[in-house]
Amino acid sequence: MGRFIVRRVLQMGFVMFAVSLLTFFIFNVIPNGDPAVRMAGRQPTETQIEAIRKEWGFNDNIFVQYFTMMKKVFTGDLVSYFTQLPVGDEIVKGLPRTLSLAIGAALLWMFVAICFGLYSAMRAGKFADRFLTIIALIGISMPVFWIGALMNYYLGYKAGLFPNGGYVEFSKDPIDWAYHLILPWTALAILFIGFYSRVLRSNVLDTINEDYVRTARAKGLTERQIMVRHVLRNSLIPIVTLWGLDFGAVVGGGAILTETVFDLQGVGQYAADAVGQLDVPPVLATTLFAAFFIVLLNAVVDIVYAYLDPRIRLQ
Amino acid sequence: MATEPATETTLQGPAAWEAEAEREHVHGLGPWKLGLRRLRRNKIALLFGFLFILLVAACIAAPLWADKVAKTTANANHLSDTITVDGKEKNVVGLDGVPVGPQWWKADGKFFLGADRNGRDIMVRLLYGGRNSLEIGVVAAVITTILSIILGLVAGYFRGPADVVIRALLDVMWSFPVIILGVALGVALALGGLKLGPIKLAGDSLAIPIFIIGLVYVPYMARPVRGQVLSLREKEFVEAARAQGAGPIRIMFTEVLPNLASTMIVFFTLLIANAILLEAALSFLGAGVQPPSPSWGTMIDEGVDRIATAPHLAVVPGVMLVLTVLSLNVFGDGVRDALDPRAKVRLER
Repeated sequence: MGRFIVRRVLQMGFVMFAVSLLTFFIFNVIPNGDPAVRMAGRQPTETQIEAIRKEWGFNDNIFVQYFTMMKKVFTGDLVSYFTQLPVGDEIVKGLPRTLSLAIGAALLWMFVAICFGLYSAMRAGKFADRFLTIIALIGISMPVFWIGALMNYYLGYKAGLFPNGGYVEFSKDPIDWAYHLILPWTALAILFIGFYSRVLRSNVLDTINEDYVRTARAKGLTERQIMVRHVLRNSLIPIVTLWGLDFGAVVGGGAILTETVFDLQGVGQYAADAVGQLDVPPVLATTLFAAFFIVLLNAVVDIVYAYLDPRIRLQ
Repeated sequence: MATEPATETTLQGPAAWEAEAEREHVHGLGPWKLGLRRLRRNKIALLFGFLFILLVAACIAAPLWADKVAKTTANANHLSDTITVDGKEKNVVGLDGVPVGPQWWKADGKFFLGADRNGRDIMVRLLYGGRNSLEIGVVAAVITTILSIILGLVAGYFRGPADVVIRALLDVMWSFPVIILGVALGVALALGGLKLGPIKLAGDSLAIPIFIIGLVYVPYMARPVRGQVLSLREKEFVEAARAQGAGPIRIMFTEVLPNLASTMIVFFTLLIANAILLEAALSFLGAGVQPPSPSWGTMIDEGVDRIATAPHLAVVPGVMLVLTVLSLNVFGDGVRDALDPRAKVRLER
């Protein structure tokens, strides 16, 4: 087990390194990406540009530039080219917002998807099942920023039921915090509710025919006990795996669109703004931040799986 | 007292399958015939498949609508024009900058679904935008499929070092935040285009979003393909081919590839749907199709900015996009159930 964890962590390190290298070089190879020209403002003179190049080290060997930038990532000294603000501070500022959005939405989609999936499976082939299937498919077919914008307009602006975007800190007013996040949570959760309820439905239908379920029924357990203790518990394993992976993906960039639509000013929105300006330091930092969450949750899921199923460790 | 007729015994397991085979006359039918038969019985999937064909046909017929009905083009502005509705003159774009909403047939088909802030006809833009969105979706799905098949075949068949390298590559791609990568490439390339040796692309070329989207979904498809190849290469028919002296390339293409066909078909449908969604997301963040070229994504983006004064600008392209993606998803689902009911195909993010 220990060796498996070590190997998995080394793999994590390799992927993170490759991601950082790729991000850095994409931005240095791409044409019209010369930051010195864009930092110098309108109609800069050649000497101004040259001075900026010197000051920011753009004349150094590209590998030297990469190492200086990576060193700054670890020491937290990374500074944006354009706003001149420290990148680390901005990410720390955005992190609670992104996590509030992701955790709330993840709990919401898991809960609703279990209800939908279980109900759908128990009524398999009947009207309720067909209806929920169509709803789930509509859910996975909607762009999150579109449904988010419509919700914001019709429920927030027109009906006045919800605040029109923005974020309130949890420590200031927990109720207002949740009130501001209800629409973003819902918008983000819709897609996953569609996926999870369908996966759960098919897992439950697979499990229902297992021998141990028949045994449970023969023992005279109630239908409710069978469903919760025997069927649901076993059908949930693959869902929980997906949940881990998707949570990582949402924190690591999946929430960009939701954050932008509802103006939550989280890490995702920061990344989107930085990318729009081709501002390399924040882009590199947010990409690494995002990749870290994706890779971390992937590794955690793998390790938990290896713990539960020893065969995986040997692969 | 008359005896009750014996109740029909319910069969389970292989006995039930045999009974079903007897009833349905499926003895001797190949998997494709069986799949087609199952698909034909799934009326909902067929209905949505038909809907998709209708939507595609409508987009192909875009010039027809533009010339004959709306009498304008996708990018023509009608800022200071007026239309006659119920005998009254009406500004296409009001003095307060608010464009007219859907007119349906009231103005003889002009501004059927309203105008945008430049007085452009939404219906015409919707159809031409659909052409762009569908083109991106289909071509990106083709690219993803080809790349995934090649990578999956090579990794799964040769195993060893090739597998290690390809798996590492897929891991890195998998861990890259999709939207950040897409937007980064999109913004950077839109600025200056791309000049890589003989390849030259203009900044507003459709090839840029196509290329980005095609690349992004590769790990999602290549991983399951590799897994399938790993198990297929141990099958007896592959061994037989090898015993006959067939080389690896020949085995990969004539023995293994045909067995991947049902996976490919299912993935392809779902890939188109997801590529269209990703195009919309990239365009929303300003890195997809570059204005003034219409696409459903750019139209939603423009609409969301003006949702408070003219909600139809966001609602119309969104509904069209959802209908298209939904029809592909439902149809793809039906195809999967028909060809390989146990396959767990899942794309997302």
